[in-house]
Amino acid sequence: MQKEIIIAGFGGQGVLFAGQVLAYSAMDNGKDVTWIPSYGPEMRGGTANCTVVIADHEIGSPLVKNPPLAIALNLPSFDRYEELLATGGTLIVNQSMVDRAAQRNDIHVIMVPCNEIAEEIGDRKLTNMVAVGALLSALPEVKIEDVEKALEGHLPARHKHLLPKNYEALKRGYEHAQKEWDKIPA
Amino acid sequence: MPKELWKGNEAIAEAAVRAGLEAYFGYPITPQTEILEYLSRRMPELGRAFVQAESELGAINMVYGAACTGVRVMSTSSSPGVSLMMEGLSYIAGTEIPAVLVNVMRGGPGLGNIAPAQSDYNQAVRGGGHGDYPRIVLAPASIQEAIDLMGLSFDLAEKYRMIAMMILDGSVGQMMEPAEMPEMMEVKRKDFDWATNGAMNRERRLLTSIYLNPLDEEKTNLRMLKRWKEVQTNEVRYKEYFLDDAKYVVIGFGTAGRVALSAVREARAQGIKVGLLRPITVSPFPYEALEQLIPQAEAFLVTEMNMGQMLDDVLLTVRGRVPVEFYGRPGGVVPFHNEILDEIQRLVSGPLAVQTDPRESWLTRMTA
Repeated sequence: MQKEIIIAGFGGQGVLFAGQVLAYSAMDNGKDVTWIPSYGPEMRGGTANCTVVIADHEIGSPLVKNPPLAIALNLPSFDRYEELLATGGTLIVNQSMVDRAAQRNDIHVIMVPCNEIAEEIGDRKLTNMVAVGALLSALPEVKIEDVEKALEGHLPARHKHLLPKNYEALKRGYEHAQKEWDKIPA
Repeated sequence: MPKELWKGNEAIAEAAVRAGLEAYFGYPITPQTEILEYLSRRMPELGRAFVQAESELGAINMVYGAACTGVRVMSTSSSPGVSLMMEGLSYIAGTEIPAVLVNVMRGGPGLGNIAPAQSDYNQAVRGGGHGDYPRIVLAPASIQEAIDLMGLSFDLAEKYRMIAMMILDGSVGQMMEPAEMPEMMEVKRKDFDWATNGAMNRERRLLTSIYLNPLDEEKTNLRMLKRWKEVQTNEVRYKEYFLDDAKYVVIGFGTAGRVALSAVREARAQGIKVGLLRPITVSPFPYEALEQLIPQAEAFLVTEMNMGQMLDDVLLTVRGRVPVEFYGRPGGVVPFHNEILDEIQRLVSGPLAVQTDPRESWLTRMTA
């Protein structure tokens, strides 16, 4: 088993942390995992992305050209990864930040209003966790409980009081995505 | 110890600390600054020496001085910074003292960029500094390997009174992987019979790289070569993947090696008998392991994030007996595994000829 995931958005949307949470979840489950950020001058005020690879064997390349899974938290990321996604793959899109529908019909595009859901829970910063929750609907190798445990185990102590809201964000994202999947004809 | 998620640069720093690093001298440069940053906090915490020098020249000469006392000392930098250190490195080599240097390589030449590259292979392996000196060069492909090789670097440097360099590219420095740290080693100063650590109640010792009489310098050069022969006999390290029945062999180190692993796995799934040889010590180079593969190999594919530097070591070994092909991405570009898979498929569909310089046909394909 090997799954590659790219998470992309603006710097500040919690893209890198979302990837780390997935990496911790996979590691705590005994999987091999790599997390690699895009690094460089383009990160300042621009787009950020990271690639997470989860496998049950020694991981080769930590980067992937055509990922089967991706999260796009903003429009530039939607444009880029809708084009790059592997055929049959799943793209989770933050609907709150895009103004167009999907163009490809050989991939699954799951629209989730991450900002609105995060705001309903009471913290805009939870956008990334809503998206991670939605991603889990297409990543059966990682369970929602695994991510909860990873958050509990690796979130800095000063942020521990935010755990319940993070759990809620994961759950709401997952549930919204499930509803979107139900709309897709089998 | 349980596995933790470590960032490459920080893992290297902590591994050095646990191996008994007593003094660190460095200067910031992307993509290795996290090593310096981590140690600026960690070393004082342990009462050990950390100095951010005024430049890379300052840093390497501080390393030189500390190394003369026989303590575990290192510096880290990235390509342009390492170039600045080359004079000092040659002096350290000429003085026959142990020192450890990490180069988190980036795109070049010149100021280049901060993206991952492997273009300092020749500088690390063939010399870089002036004079005729051998050096040990280790090339980790993962964070666990970087941790393990960090400790080994100090052991090897001391055992052979030689520079041990670790070369990795920016992506290993920046990525995170689960890895296990070794236990914290107690700092034990070894009683080296060459160390200039205070001559109270004993004969004075002299450490120098000056041999004004050429015959003395020649003797020193030959002594270093003799020591190098021991390194070549004892310290070659590499990893083999799917080589048992392989008719095609990919060779790559560091990140290029692990990207090749993904390509080899996919080619295997398509029924292609291909394997991977990943050198871990690029100096001493695993010539013998490669030699053993020549009878079974129909062709070799060398893949690097440069314009073909380790390629020369492969060509030296193969010497025209089997076709050698090359695929590189220079300038700070990391290849995707699809590219290497395409190359493997090209090898299989043949026909291939033995070429004097595989870079020529590669260049033609790259610029077509």
